[in-house]
Amino acid sequence: MEKNQESVLLRMEGIVKEFPGVKALDGVNLTVRAGTVHALMGENGAGKSTLMKCLFGVYKKDAGKIFLNGQEVNFKNSKEALENGVAMVHQELNQALKRNVMDNMWLGRFPMVAKGIPLTSEKKMYDATMEVFDQLGIKVNPRTVMSTMPVSQRQMVEIAKAVSYNSKIIVFDEPTSSLTEVEVEHLFRIINMLRDRGCGIIYISHKMEEILRISDDITIMRDGQWIATKPAKDLTMDEIIRLMVGRELTNRYPHKDNVVGEELLRVEGLTAMYSHIRDVSFTARKGEVLGIAGLDASGRTEVLENIFGVATRKSGKIFLNGKQVRNRNAKESINNGFALLTEERRANGIFGILNIRENTVISSLKSYLNGPLLSNKKMSDATEWSIEAMHIKTPSQYTQIRSLSGGNQQKVILGRWLKTEPTVLLLDEPTRGIDVGAKYEIYQLILNLAKQGKTVIMVSSEMPELLGVCDRILVMSGGRLAGEVDARNTSQEEIMTLAAKFA
Amino acid sequence: MTKLKANKPSKIDELKAMTPKDRKRAIGDLLMNNAMFIIIAIAVVGIYIAEPTFLSLPSIVNIINLTAAKLPIALGVGGCIILAGTDISAGRVVGLSACIAAGLQLTTNKLFPGLQVMPVPVAILAVLAVGACVGFVNGFFMAKFKLHPFIVTLSTQLIVYGIILIFMQLGTNSGQTLSGMSEGYRNFVTGELFKVGNTTVPRYVLYSAIIAVVVWVIWNKTTFGKNMYAVGSNEDAANVSGVNVTKTIIMVFILAGMLYGLTGFMDAARIASVNANTGLNYESDAIAACVIGGISFVGGIGKVSGAIIGVLLLQVIFVGLNYLSVDPNLLYIVKGMIILVACSIDMRKYLVRK
Repeated sequence: MEKNQESVLLRMEGIVKEFPGVKALDGVNLTVRAGTVHALMGENGAGKSTLMKCLFGVYKKDAGKIFLNGQEVNFKNSKEALENGVAMVHQELNQALKRNVMDNMWLGRFPMVAKGIPLTSEKKMYDATMEVFDQLGIKVNPRTVMSTMPVSQRQMVEIAKAVSYNSKIIVFDEPTSSLTEVEVEHLFRIINMLRDRGCGIIYISHKMEEILRISDDITIMRDGQWIATKPAKDLTMDEIIRLMVGRELTNRYPHKDNVVGEELLRVEGLTAMYSHIRDVSFTARKGEVLGIAGLDASGRTEVLENIFGVATRKSGKIFLNGKQVRNRNAKESINNGFALLTEERRANGIFGILNIRENTVISSLKSYLNGPLLSNKKMSDATEWSIEAMHIKTPSQYTQIRSLSGGNQQKVILGRWLKTEPTVLLLDEPTRGIDVGAKYEIYQLILNLAKQGKTVIMVSSEMPELLGVCDRILVMSGGRLAGEVDARNTSQEEIMTLAAKFA
Repeated sequence: MTKLKANKPSKIDELKAMTPKDRKRAIGDLLMNNAMFIIIAIAVVGIYIAEPTFLSLPSIVNIINLTAAKLPIALGVGGCIILAGTDISAGRVVGLSACIAAGLQLTTNKLFPGLQVMPVPVAILAVLAVGACVGFVNGFFMAKFKLHPFIVTLSTQLIVYGIILIFMQLGTNSGQTLSGMSEGYRNFVTGELFKVGNTTVPRYVLYSAIIAVVVWVIWNKTTFGKNMYAVGSNEDAANVSGVNVTKTIIMVFILAGMLYGLTGFMDAARIASVNANTGLNYESDAIAACVIGGISFVGGIGKVSGAIIGVLLLQVIFVGLNYLSVDPNLLYIVKGMIILVACSIDMRKYLVRK
């Protein structure tokens, strides 16, 4: 394979991408050689997917150059990338689920019966699909409707689609997260076959063992920056983790002075009806900040949703102060003293076109009644209190919430929940998409709530944040509770190992 | 090359493998998902017991004729629904087409005094052109300005109605009902195709069948048809795969408009008298038929056979209620309830449960 060492297929140089207030990519380099598997590693938010989105033209890069086979390219969309032999197997499958396998494979380039005849040829489509499937050893009927297949098979179809474009560069984004062990072996055979054909594979994954097994080169990113590119054989798991997380934790978190009291919340055998949450049991104490860690899709959000009653429980019990609470829907949960700060702030947190007052009072309208009517004064007072207590920076309480920064929006929503006088706050990614300064203020607020004797349960993808703010951390993996660690005596390495337990 | 069969376990095996609780739920789901057909089957049996002539030969042929007359508009609306849209302008477009077809075929023409009876193909081309124009406007505003299909077709519905009223005022007609169309035209549409027993099957049943076949080929065998399903199923996926989404949407509505045109062309001759309210509320029957036939508002799902079954079942109900001499005003209530129940059952199938 000596000659392949020379032929560089893809070179990305000094890629910079800025979002308002955040430098998502800062001079990142990536060089993929023909006939190799190049692993791209980094924590959640390190910038791996942003880099790939710049390659495929989903985002416009602010600086830097991309060379394919030595020629500079600037793809405007993924279609253009595909036509130039650069394909991606997405983690979030973008498929027409109600159509069958071969319709999805050939969408946008259906084979015709003959030149000039405007009829598509089912037979050609079937044969071409089977040809690709036979090559890759995929056993799926091309006429199966996508929505009836398990995610793993849909993933295989996506891979076959990428291969069918005769791509030279194929990006795999967390391809094994929904595959069984046997399927992973199958995927690796496919990848090895593509490598032998001289393709360049970019492989994004959190799973160390896989990475060390399959890859030739490894590039590590952290906080939007390129950290290192090394041959896989020169790296160990410990070194990779050190390179991935190696940052200092000074002064990014407020001083922890909350006092943990007696048990407040107990969850027993929580099992979800429609998601993969199985048998999750834990307790949380008064004045405690309890973290929930885990990889994407490990079920962190679903645990909160099941406790709060916006997802359906199959079985499991919730006790508050030793008394069972049913929490069958959000309203009941709020009355029981629960609050849920949702993960997708824009989708189900804020009411964008409404003002700060309306966003503040929505969950606690009953407390502003004067007879049968709402009192403007009471609502204004409540909002004024929230703006002051949360340090919300806004021209007035009549400002549309969507015109505020992410951090201030999050504070408004926290204020909304505090007006319901909760005893248990469930916070899902409370600092996502918020700049560093505002993050500190949110941490401060969380610790203050704990000091008032409330219980805070907080899901986060950022491990340093969990270590800096929480007392204990639960680690989810594959819908189950993989373990519980004391935030003071643990390490990111220990949490990562637990997170991979059932993944 | 290996041929693969979909080795789906049978429903019964699946049920056997479940826990009693899950089985109960699965059977419940099965009944719910087919509730519309179950209700209709019960209704048919009930009507038959009360009035056995309901299932006599002339009555069945009558139901088939009515189905044929209503099928093209349902197929047009069906395409719009597969796009995850709708079209409430359909009925008025049928009305306008009927007026125009009649206007070109009057023996004594008050609309265009002195105009000779036009050859039938001219009338067909005219209704196709008119339908295509309205369809283009519908599709264009939907695709280019991302307007909701309801808003766009609500607007065009009003516009088309205005055009109908103006059209009916042309010449010395002053809004009167159009009747007295040429024998040639009436015979072309309603002439005898063949007889079943003593009952005549008119020619338009054949035309409707041909239309159904053509639409089936377009939906299933052309790039355009496959793109239509893909756009309805996942617009983003279609877009990244290189499908021209705008063009697809516009073409679906043009096709729909042309099908409404043909419905109007057949209706004018079939009913033999046309006024400004011809076609009123046809879209509600068409939408109901599509939903009953499994063309789903979630988009991307639906078959020509579904539209046919939907129209047929709806006509069975209407004719049946007639046989029972039910107050015709009640028909509207029944229609409304059918749409409501059918849509609820349908959406239930596609709910994402948390």
